[in-house]
Amino acid sequence: MTLLEFARGPGLQWSITIFIVGVLWRLLGIFLLRTKKDLSEPRNPATWKGLRLIALRSWPRREFLGGTAFGEVMGYAFHIGFLLTLFFYVPHVLFFADVSRGLIGTDLQGLTGFAWPTLPNGIVTLLAAISIAALVAVLIHRIVNPVKRLISNFDDYFSWFVTVTPLVTGLAAFAHFAGWPYERLLAYHLLSVELLLVWFPFGKLMHAFTIFAARGATGLIFERRGASL
Amino acid sequence: MPDAERVERAMKSFVKDFGRTAAIYMESCIHCGMCAEACHFYEVTQDPKYTPIWKLEPFKQAYKREYGPFAVVYRALNLKPKVTVERLQQWQQLIYDSCTVCGRCSLMCPMGIDIAALVSQARHGMYAAGLIPHELWAVTERARLEGSPLGATPKVFKDRLEWLADDHEVEIPVDKGDADVLCTMSSIEIMKYPDSVVATARIMNHLGVNWTFRLDGYEATNFGLLAGNSAAQKQLTLKLIEAAVSCRAKTVILPECGHAYTALRWMGANMYGEPLPFKVQHIAEFLAEQARAGRLKLKKLDKSVTFHDPCQVVRRGGAIEAPREVLKALGVELREMYPTRGTNWCCGGGGGVVANHRADELRYKTFKIKMEQIEDTGAEMPVTTCANCRQTFDDGQAHFKWDVKMHSLLELVADHLVEDDA
Repeated sequence: MTLLEFARGPGLQWSITIFIVGVLWRLLGIFLLRTKKDLSEPRNPATWKGLRLIALRSWPRREFLGGTAFGEVMGYAFHIGFLLTLFFYVPHVLFFADVSRGLIGTDLQGLTGFAWPTLPNGIVTLLAAISIAALVAVLIHRIVNPVKRLISNFDDYFSWFVTVTPLVTGLAAFAHFAGWPYERLLAYHLLSVELLLVWFPFGKLMHAFTIFAARGATGLIFERRGASL
Repeated sequence: MPDAERVERAMKSFVKDFGRTAAIYMESCIHCGMCAEACHFYEVTQDPKYTPIWKLEPFKQAYKREYGPFAVVYRALNLKPKVTVERLQQWQQLIYDSCTVCGRCSLMCPMGIDIAALVSQARHGMYAAGLIPHELWAVTERARLEGSPLGATPKVFKDRLEWLADDHEVEIPVDKGDADVLCTMSSIEIMKYPDSVVATARIMNHLGVNWTFRLDGYEATNFGLLAGNSAAQKQLTLKLIEAAVSCRAKTVILPECGHAYTALRWMGANMYGEPLPFKVQHIAEFLAEQARAGRLKLKKLDKSVTFHDPCQVVRRGGAIEAPREVLKALGVELREMYPTRGTNWCCGGGGGVVANHRADELRYKTFKIKMEQIEDTGAEMPVTTCANCRQTFDDGQAHFKWDVKMHSLLELVADHLVEDDA
């Protein structure tokens, strides 16, 4: 079995399995915990309106913007770059369609008649480069900023590593880095994605799910009180 | 207490209250460090140890090791070492001296984590381990045993009421068996600002309310909440609830005290185990309601005023506009600070910090933020609606020989009542 065959076969299957089981385990471990009913008389009976905090907290209040602008801008840059690259790069879309056909016998076009949109390769390359640059900037900031340096741990650095690696290996494969065989570069790319999937449930990457729960929970509590969101 | 027992008690007590919401918070921090920018202790020192989420570090460690979904893995591979008593001792200063539980960081956190709520929970653990500043422990014990942290026992309160009624020629009903409104006071007001007691009586009498003080439930201060002693918190809360039930009160009015509002308005029913059979209002909410209904007749206060938002009443309590409505009824020119309302800076004395004198030096540093904020407004007088904030301001004023005096909204209203001609 070649490295690419491993990456496309058991490597992919196992990493996806660990990802799904791990994410479910962690989410169930949180959501199956008891929660006490709040018996206080709500100021605002429509407490569900507090769920707007999920959207509101996506950008800091004007009063807080000064000290956090770097983190916000860089955060948005690498998240947007990463997600657009992941979901709109032609080979990725073909890959997801292939996986979809393997799992449910059809793809989005077969289901809806609409093709998944894609971005031109040049744009995706630029987005991936921006994403890498932003990730490097946040890493440097994490190392030089006294607050971030103090509160950082292995999870922060390893999660950074597994996030940036697929971008770097993807760009290397696209650019046929150093004239290496494409199969080898593709295998490295797939393995780096699999590493991300395996680490995902155990570290801070889980915030992709918990962010909605944390903001929502706080929103509901604060809205009940009429407190500042 | 042996060290091992201290740690075990701390962790058991911390983990005991753990529910879904706290677990979501513990699982969500991405270590972005933005909360530091919201904390007044970090703002004035630029010391990273004051980063709000760092104040919870041993508790995060304990959560991951003992309670989280992967706790078994963390323990088996010792990925998160056991929390030691030395580590908890180091964190005592961060949990009690440099956090006023003001919740400004909770507004900042991009993940939406209510960091202040977690600090309160961490205090439960610290209290159980006996790792609490002595002064805070002492006043909590005094409150638990005598009914008041500052010695305002029922006898002292009764004597004070008689003296105040006599001195100020105001009727102060005590221990009525049937009253629509039960008024409560904070110990700071009883002992340090007795004019607030008189002001309460004057306003209630002016409004013609059937009201009373009760000697079996008058003290709204709840050091159990501040210290992290849940049993004491419950005991003090139940006293008020039982007094209100005894006199069949429809409304309980809480005094100008921030954490008293949190303790009864937002936590009272949960301590009681069922919804409260009466309405709970902060005095500013009550006054705003009366002003809105046209019942509160006030003379104009012809001054420019700035309002200091008490964190537990405004940011975390939700009574954001009520004090401003009262100021409007007084006819003042309101000059808002920047930032204001939910994002206003804390006075630095909340969360029991003003009662913990080893924290004084640090607290004075944070107080400079308030001085600057107030001076920037150019207002003639600052006003607030929390006796604890007021005490912090008075102390800061004396320390810095600052020529600005904090005023009580309640007392301003009482001083500007339009008395009936009859």
